[in-house]
Amino acid sequence: MNYKYSKTRRTQLIDRLAYKVFYVIAILIVLILAALLIYILVTGLPHISWHFLTGKSKPFQAGGGIGIQLFNSFYLLILTMLISVPISLGAGIWLSEYAKKNRLTNLIRTTIEILSSLPSVVVGLFGFILFVLQFHLGFSLLSGALALTIFSLPLLTTNVENALQTVHFTQREAGLALGLSRIETVLKIVVPAALPNIVTGMILAAGRVFGEAAALIYTAGQSAPAINFSNWNIFDLSSFLSPFRPAETLAVHIWKVNSEGLIPDASSVSAGASAVLIIAVLLFNFIARYLSNRIYQHMTGVKS
Amino acid sequence: MITDTETYIRDLNKEGNEIAISTDDLHVWYGSHEAIHGISLAFERFKISALIGASGSGKSTYLRSLNRMNDNIYGTKVLGKIYYRGLNINSDKIDVYEMRKHIGMVFQQPNPFAKSIYDNITFALKQHGEKNKEKLDEIVEKTLKQAALWDQVKDKLDTSALALSGGQAQRLCIARAIAMQPDILLMDEPASALDPVSTQAVEDTMVQLKDNYTIIIVTHNMQQAARISDYTAFFHQGDVYEYDQTKNIFLHPHIKLTDDYVSGHFG
Repeated sequence: MNYKYSKTRRTQLIDRLAYKVFYVIAILIVLILAALLIYILVTGLPHISWHFLTGKSKPFQAGGGIGIQLFNSFYLLILTMLISVPISLGAGIWLSEYAKKNRLTNLIRTTIEILSSLPSVVVGLFGFILFVLQFHLGFSLLSGALALTIFSLPLLTTNVENALQTVHFTQREAGLALGLSRIETVLKIVVPAALPNIVTGMILAAGRVFGEAAALIYTAGQSAPAINFSNWNIFDLSSFLSPFRPAETLAVHIWKVNSEGLIPDASSVSAGASAVLIIAVLLFNFIARYLSNRIYQHMTGVKS
Repeated sequence: MITDTETYIRDLNKEGNEIAISTDDLHVWYGSHEAIHGISLAFERFKISALIGASGSGKSTYLRSLNRMNDNIYGTKVLGKIYYRGLNINSDKIDVYEMRKHIGMVFQQPNPFAKSIYDNITFALKQHGEKNKEKLDEIVEKTLKQAALWDQVKDKLDTSALALSGGQAQRLCIARAIAMQPDILLMDEPASALDPVSTQAVEDTMVQLKDNYTIIIVTHNMQQAARISDYTAFFHQGDVYEYDQTKNIFLHPHIKLTDDYVSGHFG
């Protein structure tokens, strides 16, 4: 009796203690994140102005902006997604719906895992050798987009495969039992049902691509030559749409200004640019949540 | 009258009634495990035939073989003949997708698509080329009425099917299956995930459908088999031990094992 009583008390004590430990750890993580965010925003936000967001960067004097870099970041992101989204959709669908469980499939999965753990600077150097030098693409948006594709492809493919795997097999059986072919079932039933998760994963991957610097230093380049926003000829290097021009992105700009910048206001430019970058990535996260909730609601009529 | 024979399989092929589908020495292998040991049964047209038996007796496996849903399970091999309209459909030469339009299926778990109620029914029809909006509207109303769901959903056809209750979702799946106007409807424990009221509704639906469809249903629920079916096959460990009219199976089984099972001694 006595023994039982004390055991219960001890269990309760351990239980309470464990609860408190986990609670403290969780709070700690949130605090670290909040401190980082607040620090970046507090130091960066005062430098952000319309002029800063749209103005040209200056190589030697103070008062430069980040307009071209900001545009380059978004444009590079769009180019990267244009290349990597279709490929990752195809690869993810194949892996989830068609690949047999054999050694080749295992090999491909392992390769994707290894690819996703490659340091981005290695991806950048690989891109430099292959795209910049071998394919003669030079320092260009296209080289950068291809390097970022290598960087994001494993992430996106795994995301698509996982999203499709969460669709219950009975959905596939329902399609097949109605006389639909496998490809009809996959494209018209399984993929739409997985869409909220696919979209979320893609936007989150977009956030990572947007903030990537190391893979771009040797591929998209470190210079942001002036571009002409009224020139729509994509084959003209001065056109803002040209994928063949070198293009320093926001993340690369932050690195450059800090490591070898010659401008006197380097610290405030990098603080402002960092804040803009963080805000953009946060926006991606919120948009991802909002969109996937909307799609889910639209599909199910149920609020998640 | 219990006899000494091992099995009692009534051969409907010899009785002159119209046969909807039949199997001849059907074997199913999952890898190196033989789940079905050569089953020959014939199912009469416009009747409800029930497949009963304990879990793992092979009744679901057998049912899923009839429209070749087992093709999709990796490592499954189906040997033997399945005759439908004089054609052996267990053959590589058969267009399975076309065949499944004639032999539909309703599953154990309600599996409506993540689409609207209306689209759930019309989706496959549209994929198969039916574009006429009036015709589609007509089919939606008719099949939902047949599935006893029309009154509950007629004002919300454009809302998502995923918001339906389990019983409603299953009746939608039945409506979706009969919208294809199949000859044969295979039902794999269609009411096992439902509450008694929904079960009643699904059973009523099945009895109504009997006029136009041949139904083969797998069920764990012996009362259900007794209530709605005309013929019953008793499965045990991958074999059929007895196949006869339902009233004989439940009241005068020929085989002792059947008697033990239907009177609740095992299973």
